[in-house]
Amino acid sequence: MALLRLPSVFQVQTGIWHRVVSTGARTRRVRIYRFDPDSDRNPRLDTYEIDMAACGPMVLDVLIHIKNEIDSTLTFRRSCREGICGSCAMNIDGVNTLACTKPCADIRGDVRIYPLPHLPVIKDLVPDLTHFYAQYASVMPWLQTRSPAPPDRERLQSKADQEKIDQPSACILCACCSTACPSYWWNSDRYLGPATLLAAYRWIIDSRDEALGARLDALEDPFRLYRCHTIMNCTEACPKDLNPARAIAQIKKLMIERRS
Amino acid sequence: MSAYPLVDHTYDVVVVGAGGAGLRATLGLAEAGLATACLTKVFPTRSHTVAAQGGISAALGNMGEDDWRFHFYDTGDGGGMVLRAGLPLQDMEFVQFHPTGIYGAGCLITEGVRGEGGFLTNANGDRFMERYAPNAKDLASRDVVSRAMTIEIREGRGVGPEKDHIHLHLEHLGPEVIRERLPGIAESSRIFAGVDVTREPIPVLPTAHYNMGGIPCNYHGEVINPAGGDPDAIVPGLMAVGEAACVSVHGANRLGSNSLLDIVIFGREAARYCAATIKPGAAQAPLRKEVGELAISRLDRLRHANGTRPTAELRLQMQKIMQSDAAVFRTASSLQEGVARLARTIRTLPDIGVRDRSLIWNTDLIETLEFENLLLQAITTMHSALARTESRGAHAREDFPNRDDGAWLKHTLAWVAADGAVRLDYRPVHLATLSDDVQTIAPTARTY
Repeated sequence: MALLRLPSVFQVQTGIWHRVVSTGARTRRVRIYRFDPDSDRNPRLDTYEIDMAACGPMVLDVLIHIKNEIDSTLTFRRSCREGICGSCAMNIDGVNTLACTKPCADIRGDVRIYPLPHLPVIKDLVPDLTHFYAQYASVMPWLQTRSPAPPDRERLQSKADQEKIDQPSACILCACCSTACPSYWWNSDRYLGPATLLAAYRWIIDSRDEALGARLDALEDPFRLYRCHTIMNCTEACPKDLNPARAIAQIKKLMIERRS
Repeated sequence: MSAYPLVDHTYDVVVVGAGGAGLRATLGLAEAGLATACLTKVFPTRSHTVAAQGGISAALGNMGEDDWRFHFYDTGDGGGMVLRAGLPLQDMEFVQFHPTGIYGAGCLITEGVRGEGGFLTNANGDRFMERYAPNAKDLASRDVVSRAMTIEIREGRGVGPEKDHIHLHLEHLGPEVIRERLPGIAESSRIFAGVDVTREPIPVLPTAHYNMGGIPCNYHGEVINPAGGDPDAIVPGLMAVGEAACVSVHGANRLGSNSLLDIVIFGREAARYCAATIKPGAAQAPLRKEVGELAISRLDRLRHANGTRPTAELRLQMQKIMQSDAAVFRTASSLQEGVARLARTIRTLPDIGVRDRSLIWNTDLIETLEFENLLLQAITTMHSALARTESRGAHAREDFPNRDDGAWLKHTLAWVAADGAVRLDYRPVHLATLSDDVQTIAPTARTY
């Protein structure tokens, strides 16, 4: 059996231990991955002791507390702080999720926070999403039509047709699903991954879209679509309770249907 | 500034900010064939219109020969940029409080909840809005509901162990209505308040939500800077749309969804107006050499700021001042105190400290740049509110409870000097419609 280990420059080393001065009854240890792109040092794991009585309940509250009160160099993405924008996706307690909707109370022991896995790290908890966004753009995630628009109204659809796109439209592009997928870890250069395929599906089933054939053609490829092996980590990880695995299965079904 | 290698880019139009209005303008500009750059701090699909941070979407076009635009080389906050360029902000005293932010978390619960039949109660279980607004009740405008809630809490009828918030009920609507018509509400309430909305009320509190004020502009989006006796004089080449702008269609107040006007009308109009006045690829006057140096020197100064006061500490100080002295209800004494306390905060600015010196993803620096912008706007709010000795729209003075159209039917303009000194002036309100299809409606007292 091959022995796999990280090259030495990637190995995470023990970092700084920030102790609280007065230890309250509700002190918790938070361990955070740090990477400083300006130095040639290895990434490290810093430890912060946090008095939870002085801090909000969510993991994002803890990160903001640390940035405000202990260490202003700690770097992470955040915006809406209510699970809408998808900015603060990270790996918390071994699971990809949104820091803003993850209560610390749901975590036993130390709170361990890493960037989303298998993406290049720009700094601390900020991964490089350039490739992820390029894949999203590649499925042309907008309405494509050939027929002229009605002169006097919008392009309408029935309530039943609208409900089909309800769920897939609710994706916030946080990338929790794609970066939880082992197939994506191995083949993200060519496999589109669950988030992008969910976006593709959202337009494939939109009754107003008129590019179904071209959309399916673009996915008919051993890697782009068929690297999905139904592992289901995507659906497990989605912080919005969406089902990318089902969407991918539906696309595969449409592929078979149009062949027969 | 050899420490900062600069690359110059040339575009027909530069849009600063990718909120709904900025994106709508960008779409229209691109459709019109104009080379357009849209600058944003957050990836554009991250739903700004839901996750809006308020007041950062400003559009900027180079329509004229003038080169005002060259002062605006940051990607910072629209209002702060305008003030630093010596231009005024308008009507900054009008800050809307949304009545139903989740207690503790601040996430907003849409008034669609009350539209569907949800209602508010105090500690006695009274539907108190019936007393404050006998007709509209829980559907009265946001300022009225926010003030009523504040009075209930202040008079000891708040709910919870601290009696410091209010209950919002939708249990009676039934799970079907909640699931179908109020998607997201059940989820937010469960996550942020630990509440099952089909069984129990949501704890809520008025939450600062929206600035009616902003960069004064006309209905094309052109920025106004009164000059030479003309109260509507424009700044050639500079436009503003979205929350950053103050077209003032809704005056001193606003209702839910009013912001959509900024997207579907003014975002679109800004693009249409640019398309009608700029030729794609038209030659542009060369930049003056010192252009951009102001912005670079500001960035460099704060990046190496070595003081003892962390940005977060001063920001919290500012937030506390705004919360206590320019809240839902205001008085001369609270506002005077606010003016003095903000002046003290400004005097501590030279002692601000930034620890992250990196040029890669330096959020310590970004937050400091943003804080300076916020502070400039906060002082315009405080000074404008102190000067307006009446109550109008979202501006409620306990010492001047009535609206005074004789003295105060006018826009406030506020300029801030480099040392933080504020100068106020006023300009008339446009009351007439632009169309003969509808009659102009004279202002009357609001009753609910």
